[in-house]
Amino acid sequence: MTIYLPIAELSVNILIILGMGAAVGFLSGMFGVGGGFLITPLLIFYNIPPVVAVATGANQVVASSISGAITHFRRGTIDIKLGTVLLCGGLAGATVGVWLFSLLRRIGQLDLVISLLYVVLLSTVGGLMLWESITAMRKAAKNQQTTLRRPGQHNWVHGLPLKMRFKKSKIYLSVIPVAGLGFCIGILTSVMGVGGGFIMVPAMIYLLRIPTNVVVGTSLFQIIFVSAYTVIVQASTNYTVDIVLAFVLMIAGVIGAQYGVRVGQKLRGEQLRALLALLVLAVGIRLAIELIIPPKDVYSVVSAGFGF
Amino acid sequence: MIRLARTALALLVLAFAAPAQAAIQDENADFTEKLEIGISTDEIAITSDFRGADLTIFGAVDGFDQALLAQGRYNIVVSLEGPKDNATVRKKERVFGIWVNTSSMTFELVPESYSLSSTRDIETIAPPGEMGNMGIGVDHMRLVPLGFVGDGSNLGEFRNAFRRIRETSGVYERDPGGVQFISSSLFKASVRLPANVPNGVHVVRAYLFRDGVFVAAKALPLRVVKTGLEQFITQAAHQQPLLYGLMAVLLAVITGWGASVIFRKE
Repeated sequence: MTIYLPIAELSVNILIILGMGAAVGFLSGMFGVGGGFLITPLLIFYNIPPVVAVATGANQVVASSISGAITHFRRGTIDIKLGTVLLCGGLAGATVGVWLFSLLRRIGQLDLVISLLYVVLLSTVGGLMLWESITAMRKAAKNQQTTLRRPGQHNWVHGLPLKMRFKKSKIYLSVIPVAGLGFCIGILTSVMGVGGGFIMVPAMIYLLRIPTNVVVGTSLFQIIFVSAYTVIVQASTNYTVDIVLAFVLMIAGVIGAQYGVRVGQKLRGEQLRALLALLVLAVGIRLAIELIIPPKDVYSVVSAGFGF
Repeated sequence: MIRLARTALALLVLAFAAPAQAAIQDENADFTEKLEIGISTDEIAITSDFRGADLTIFGAVDGFDQALLAQGRYNIVVSLEGPKDNATVRKKERVFGIWVNTSSMTFELVPESYSLSSTRDIETIAPPGEMGNMGIGVDHMRLVPLGFVGDGSNLGEFRNAFRRIRETSGVYERDPGGVQFISSSLFKASVRLPANVPNGVHVVRAYLFRDGVFVAAKALPLRVVKTGLEQFITQAAHQQPLLYGLMAVLLAVITGWGASVIFRKE
């Protein structure tokens, strides 16, 4: 069964796209991430032009993060105030990111930068998370109480000025690192087509010491807006959002996400983090291998209409 | 915008360049044979289940020499050439252990698809020089580099890479038995439009050869257009990009919200 994608201008097998959407949706529901870091490379691997994949991936992230955020909202695990501060940084970052995107595209090294960013970020984040979760699991095995948040232990982040009280998260924190984190993630969103949940979640837990229970919901909350903004900016500057592709992906994605959430609830926090870490590491290593092994063909052709 | 501009450009090229070219190319004055071709449609619609299309072209040779025809000395080549656009070939090299695009070359206005059909292998129809002059076949396609290419020593390798990649991806193809005579002067040619065919103005060209010498040529335009919803979406994306982006986001909001409502009831 084929379906013609009007913006990507090619015919694809609808079952493969549905399968990709469902699989990524399942994982995103399970781990509470948008899934952009998985869907964009998958689409590129399936011959969708990278510019279309980045912009359309962001659109699918909007749907899956809304679906996830609503669930968290009902449970009361979103800190709207914290999310809004993150968002302000995020929108500024996304604007810079779009500018950076066109700059790199002009130089002709956008695909390299995207690959390197993916490899560095995914393997660093994946490695750190895996280390932390294994340590936590060991301690759990020895029946030791583990807390991610060690109240007595403050790092340099907590010495910054412009402090604000975030009631829901029960923390008193400077807005500078929060908005700064949002800013960095915003850049990544528009350059890499990812929501940034896979970086945001660990950064909020380990760097800002925000309680784990509000982290996922709050990160999803701000990802909705940053990725929606990216979609609109990409649509109006590059005309690369394929609404047909996005719709097929998001239908499969939101359904997959619902089952993912159920599986995720059955697992313990550190087990979930270890699995997410493995997934993130696997994608990072896969991309790293691609950069290192000799390519099948050292030449590639891109048409002026699309491509980097 | 790029697509629109390109279509407009292709139309312009057809309108102005074709007649000028026709004066030089259409007929070889030394011969009396005439070539006529026709296609069943001048427009191919891309629908949501588009999987490529086979196009049949009918043609007739007038004023042929019966004896030569009987000996199979007439040969016909039919090509279907897609819209033209610049194409960039990039070459990767290993830099500090990773593979990076280090050099590139852009070729000016090359067809995005090219399907060739002939009575037999084009290399045996006419000498390479003749085919080269006419620009028939992937091997003879004009690949003019854009901008500064240094001493041009790597021109050959980039051209070869371009042809090889386009042929293996299926957008450039050839069928050396695709043209058949169905009666003494009537012939039928089939050419293939690949599934990832670029929309825009394609050109069907037929060439008649007698004893390895070019006799006559004819060209017809073929428009490949999106229809219905596909057309509407493309138009919306290019003419109302902001609204289109907002609609895309709204669609995502409804889908995400809808899913959580439906699954909540369970």
